[in-house]
Amino acid sequence: MNNRLINWFKYASPQSFYPLAGKLIPWFAAAAVVFGAAGLWLGLAVAPTDFQQGEGYRIIFVHVPASWMSMFIYLVMAFWAGLGLAYNTRLSGMMAQALAPTGALMAFLSLWTGALWGKPMWGTWWVWDARLTSELILLFLYIGFIALQASIDDPRRADKAGAVLALVGVVNIPIIYFSVKWWNTLHQGSSVSLTKSPSMAALMLWGMLLMALAFWMYSIAVALYRVRGIMLERERGSEWVKGVLQAEGTK
Amino acid sequence: MIGMVGAITARDLRLAMRRQADIVSVLFFFIIVASLFPLGVGPEPDLLRKLAPGVLWVGALLATMLSLPRLFADDYRDGTLEQLVLAPQPLGLTVLGKVLAHWLVSGLPLALLAPVLGIQFDLAGDALLVLTVSLLIGTPALSGIGAIGAALTLGLRGGGVLVSLLVLPLYIPVLIFGAGAVDATVTGLGAEAHLSILGALAIAGVFFAPWATAAALRISLE
Repeated sequence: MNNRLINWFKYASPQSFYPLAGKLIPWFAAAAVVFGAAGLWLGLAVAPTDFQQGEGYRIIFVHVPASWMSMFIYLVMAFWAGLGLAYNTRLSGMMAQALAPTGALMAFLSLWTGALWGKPMWGTWWVWDARLTSELILLFLYIGFIALQASIDDPRRADKAGAVLALVGVVNIPIIYFSVKWWNTLHQGSSVSLTKSPSMAALMLWGMLLMALAFWMYSIAVALYRVRGIMLERERGSEWVKGVLQAEGTK
Repeated sequence: MIGMVGAITARDLRLAMRRQADIVSVLFFFIIVASLFPLGVGPEPDLLRKLAPGVLWVGALLATMLSLPRLFADDYRDGTLEQLVLAPQPLGLTVLGKVLAHWLVSGLPLALLAPVLGIQFDLAGDALLVLTVSLLIGTPALSGIGAIGAALTLGLRGGGVLVSLLVLPLYIPVLIFGAGAVDATVTGLGAEAHLSILGALAIAGVFFAPWATAAALRISLE
């Protein structure tokens, strides 16, 4: 036994990760609800009306966190995919597969709330602006990843093929992120930055950050929930799955 | 190394020449797609001149995609691909040779054909020139990126539809700057900036795509 507190490699196998994920899900789900409630209250009830955009700006509390998550989840997915390719671990592929639908949902939410915001602000649902277009490509990449994995029957091959695609698609992320800087088009520049003080009221910023945390927690909870399902499906022939199913049947 | 790439290219070219119908059908697909637009949107010259860069580039994109399954499917079916993967030479170079051959039989003819179709759309001389140049620079990137998609979907049912889903999103940057170059010429701005970015995309695509394709092929043949 080594003297580290937790042996992380222990959780690289589905058998030991399954119960851990089961224990973690309620915590992350509860955190998502708490942060979400706080963020929505701060954003919808407390934060002041924007001097330029009126009440319409409040969609920012969903739009920005969803956009951040859509990009971040792709990076995490690509990270797991690369890990799976390099070390040939079973769990990595399952994590990548579990993250993809949530990422696609976030990209879709980002586009949809953006359209709802764009209509009152710009007078149009959609423009072919650099950031919108690159976010749309991101949605297509997620869909391509899901479709590729769905059409390969052998799960190991599906993982690896998906991993190559995820890694190739990762070049799109910096393009989306910097698109408001590189192309000066309709989409407004980012209001939050790590290097300079934010160009928005502190209350708005806090509401947005709380919502981002809520989205984060939601994504983790849902991904863990989904990965549990994937584990049961893929390892259905193994003894530990039989044990788990029996234990849950007797409950 | 270069001899190896050349040998693969020559072999694929000879195979393509034995089945010329495949090449010609891709070219005719391009011609037909381009000819459908004037029928669909109406024959006003002003409108057509505005549409031409995008229509011709999208047509070239779709035609390239149509020819992608041919890249590996035949070799996969008769077992040649397995031998190529097992060969001591780096698989990336083999793929580079095949990508080169694919470009020579699909990208190059498309680029040479494009000015003729551009005349149909009433494009001026300098715009025709930029169209050809942009296609000459951009199509190698299309072949390279497409090879990744073709390798990933090798041997899958419904692979043809899937390849479009995987490859088209990755083609979008090439499309934007390729059509943008022609558009910039038509509107009187210089095309240089677009062509430079297109060149960078092509170099990156031809350089990196073979390695990703090689990884994908190894996975497909497992």
